[in-house]
Amino acid sequence: MSARCLVATLSLLVLVLATLSPTTMAGDNESLTASYRAKGQAGLDRLQQSEMQQACSGPVGMEVAADVATKIQKAAMDGVVLPADGKLLGQWEKGQKIAQTGTGMQSSDDPATPNGGNCYACHQLAPEEISFGTLGPSLAGYGKIRGQSEAMLKYTWTRIWNSHAYSACSHMPRFGDAKILTEEQIRDVMAFLFDPASPVNK
Amino acid sequence: MFSQYREMLGEGNPAELVEMQGEELWSAARGPKNKPLSACDLGLGAGVVAGAYASLPRYFKDAGRVMDLETRLAWCMNDIQGLSESAVTARPFSVQGQTATDLEALTAWIAGQSRGKVISVPQKHAKEQAAFAEGKRLFNYRAGPYDFSCAGCHSQSSKRIRLTVLPNLTTQEGAANAYRSWPAYRVSQGALRTMQWRMVDCARQQRLPELIFGSPAAVSLLTYLGATANGGIMDAPGIKR
Repeated sequence: MSARCLVATLSLLVLVLATLSPTTMAGDNESLTASYRAKGQAGLDRLQQSEMQQACSGPVGMEVAADVATKIQKAAMDGVVLPADGKLLGQWEKGQKIAQTGTGMQSSDDPATPNGGNCYACHQLAPEEISFGTLGPSLAGYGKIRGQSEAMLKYTWTRIWNSHAYSACSHMPRFGDAKILTEEQIRDVMAFLFDPASPVNK
Repeated sequence: MFSQYREMLGEGNPAELVEMQGEELWSAARGPKNKPLSACDLGLGAGVVAGAYASLPRYFKDAGRVMDLETRLAWCMNDIQGLSESAVTARPFSVQGQTATDLEALTAWIAGQSRGKVISVPQKHAKEQAAFAEGKRLFNYRAGPYDFSCAGCHSQSSKRIRLTVLPNLTTQEGAANAYRSWPAYRVSQGALRTMQWRMVDCARQQRLPELIFGSPAAVSLLTYLGATANGGIMDAPGIKR
């Protein structure tokens, strides 16, 4: 076999394998569903990946292709729902409670109890709170630093609703898109970030 | 902050009591066959306990699959003692504040017999390599309403969830620090917790359905973690907040 022929054969093989990979994934995931059982509100359907989840499950350090990233971001952006009444800010006191609450949607959680936002797991918020995580950027002084322009409010709402609108493989949950928080809860979290009286801005 | 607290707790670890419970169980004649477990092959030969934990999970020819210690113990309880595997694994973990289960006690004692041993999870058999590859795939597998994977929290160094430092399990150092310290006495739960428990509880926090004890996914994740930790020195049962 000539070298050129070998290269052509190999390229074809790679192409065939790439086409086959979704089938392979489905096969592998049969063993995955056999490893879990439905419990409480967590059904086996949760093991099925969305296109975004599948694209963002590569080995650590692997970037998604630019066209895939653009597609994910556009789909996320198109799905953002802004409040019909245009009111983006609620009560910061309620938002603070949501930021402190870590439960919600676990198999052990009561679905009748409102979900938390668990913002402190990953972000610094009010400087007075010392128990904060560092997986996400610090949001201390969020509103004081950025002001309350319409563009800034909408950007922040979008980040909370579906962070993938700005970074394709963001690790932040899609709080609005995945119905983790209600519109009213997101308003309250927004107020916690922006209200000059909120401890975030003290 | 928690690391200092952990160090303080290390003096007089209640896991020692659980280890003693496990040591007795290992040589006690039990089950329908009224036999002791001490003929069980944990990978280094029938009845060899010293160093066994440090080289698990591994492939077992008699069972035809890769097993971690807890899965192997359940298999031996069935094979040697005649206890049904489903009965043994129906409630593998103790309820907070209650006496350790047989599996937990045996795991604590056997892990303790690997203190100071070098972690050396084998990767020779094709099924051991396949378990590693599947474990790595699952580590990165994002799913559920929160889109979480193991990697989301455990692929960077020096990050925290609130005040708890997260190990970077993709590095040898991070994986070894985690692997060497389990099973561990969890002070906040008043109970000894095992690696299988750790996997099950991580899946719960990932908002996934319940990870089944000893399932292929659980054993694969442990194979990936254990083999990444190779070279580290076992120091379990540990103690955690």
